[in-house]
Amino acid sequence: MELGSLRLAMPTAVLAIVLSTAGRPEHSGAAALPGQDLQAKLEYCKTCHGLSGQGYYGYFPIPRLAGQQPKYLENQLRAFNERRRTNPVMANVAHSLSPWMVAALAAHFRNLDARPIGGGPKDRVATGRTIYQEGLPESDVPACSACHGPEAKGQDEIPRLAGQLFPYTVNELTNWSKERGQGGTKVDTSAIMTPTAHNLTQSQIAAIAAYLSYLP
Amino acid sequence: MKSITSKLAMLAIFFSAGGPVSAGETIPIRNCTWCHGTSGQGFTTAPRLAGQRHQYIINELMDFSRHRRDNPLSKQYMWDAAANLNPRAARDFAMYFSSLPTRAANDGDQELAAAGKKIYELGIPESNIVSCLVCHGPNAEGVRQIPRLGGLSYFYLKKRLQQWGEGYHAAAEPMPRVARTLSANEIDALASYLSFVK
Ligand code: HEC
Ligand code: HEC
Ligand code: HEC
Ligand code: HEC
Repeated sequence: MELGSLRLAMPTAVLAIVLSTAGRPEHSGAAALPGQDLQAKLEYCKTCHGLSGQGYYGYFPIPRLAGQQPKYLENQLRAFNERRRTNPVMANVAHSLSPWMVAALAAHFRNLDARPIGGGPKDRVATGRTIYQEGLPESDVPACSACHGPEAKGQDEIPRLAGQLFPYTVNELTNWSKERGQGGTKVDTSAIMTPTAHNLTQSQIAAIAAYLSYLP
Repeated sequence: MKSITSKLAMLAIFFSAGGPVSAGETIPIRNCTWCHGTSGQGFTTAPRLAGQRHQYIINELMDFSRHRRDNPLSKQYMWDAAANLNPRAARDFAMYFSSLPTRAANDGDQELAAAGKKIYELGIPESNIVSCLVCHGPNAEGVRQIPRLGGLSYFYLKKRLQQWGEGYHAAAEPMPRVARTLSANEIDALASYLSFVK
């Protein structure tokens, strides 16, 4: 039985280490602004996204931010704030952040290297790897590795996918055009993924998400 | 042999008439309902267990028995109650109570409920207060090891949130950090709202 395994994965010792190493950028400016204290804000994000940014299985899956590309992270916060990406909770979170704070948070998360907390069905990993690395030419699905990289680490606006929570990746690919690119006529970076997400079946999505959920 | 089978037959009849109580016959439910109320609906300081997520109940019983849940009432009442529970019994109690239907306590301040609902759903990012909904669910129903909060009593909820702020039950990740940023008024509003959620 997995007694409180999530809790055990986040011992207070980790908190102490994270806090003691994360303090530096705080003094580089804007620390005097009320509610804009970097340390407190980081702890706030990590209450939901996990103490090492590894993600968290809440009622809704809360995505991994550890090792995420700063440009992608900043882009998404802007998309939440402008409601191009629909999520009431993150819209509210993003609205309260200054540009300085966003940059500092993005830099912090980029440097975290948490172990993936996985969660996908192991028996789908091999199929997922094949689709990820080679695509599905017969259904017009490009190799994901072409953009997201062979190790799924991403680059600039293209996100890291490695180690992402299984149910989160499944949700995103399943609901892509309902939750992203909601800016009316304004086209954003989410359009790049729209045809790909559309051409994947539910079973292919699950296989890719399973593969990604274990990638370090 | 014959007498055993007929006894079993009688038990079967007895249990099927008693509804969910059947699970209770293998474990001494009355050891718990004595304090937690006859149908697990809670009584004075003992919280409702009915409808609570079974994994959460198991975790709490472990925390009591290992003295990690260390606030005064837990120490006074639950440390003994959980001291000699083996994992099997803990699981059986948890399955039993989680299967009982819930009733809302409705004992909060009605006037604060709307403010509480807003914090529950969206948090207050300016004050680093998180949305509770993301983890506890749109209807405060909980999931897996995350407890159901809807309909728990105002006084119990309020005390729990206050006591994390005071340093008790520090092992209950991530709640000590969640509660640390809550003011007394915000705790009042949240506990009021939740006491009415069905
Ligand atoms: C109350 C919990 C909560 C808090 C606090 C929170 N988040 Fe989130 N965050 C979420 C959830 C849930 C999602 C998934 C949204 C979705 O499904 O679209 C998310 C998504 C994100 C994403 C998109 C990730 C991706 O891979 O596309 C980013 C970036 C993000 N959050 C950054 C932050 C930052 C930075 C903070 C702190 C300032 C923060 N979050 C605080 C719950 C939270
Ligand atoms: C042409 C380049 C390209 C290809 C090919 C591509 N992607 Fe993407 N992907 C992107 C970009 C750009 C984004 C960021 C979209 C945004 O800003 O909303 C993205 C975002 C995503 C996200 C959201 C990540 C998150 O954290 O929310 C997932 C999941 C994803 N891609 C999976 C895939 C999969 C699986 C494949 C292969 C079947 C694939 N992508 C192929 C460019 C690409
Ligand atoms: C002597 C009275 C008493 C008895 C007997 C008792 N409890 Fe409790 N129980 C309490 C009190 C009081 C609390 C609240 C502690 C607090 O305020 O933190 C509690 C809390 C709990 C909790 C935590 C609930 C939550 O929502 O966090 C669980 C689980 C629990 N009891 C299970 C049991 C079980 C199972 C039994 C029978 C084996 C039992 N209790 C017997 C008084 C009792
Ligand atoms: C990141 C996930 C997460 C968020 C966000 C969260 N909680 Fe929790 N909550 C938990 C977990 C996990 C537990 C169980 C802790 C334990 O193991 O004892 C819990 C336990 C509780 C309990 C104890 C219930 C009982 O029966 O004793 C209360 C009360 C509570 N949370 C209230 C809140 C409130 C109010 C908020 C929003 C301000 C909130 N939580 C936000 C994960 C979360």
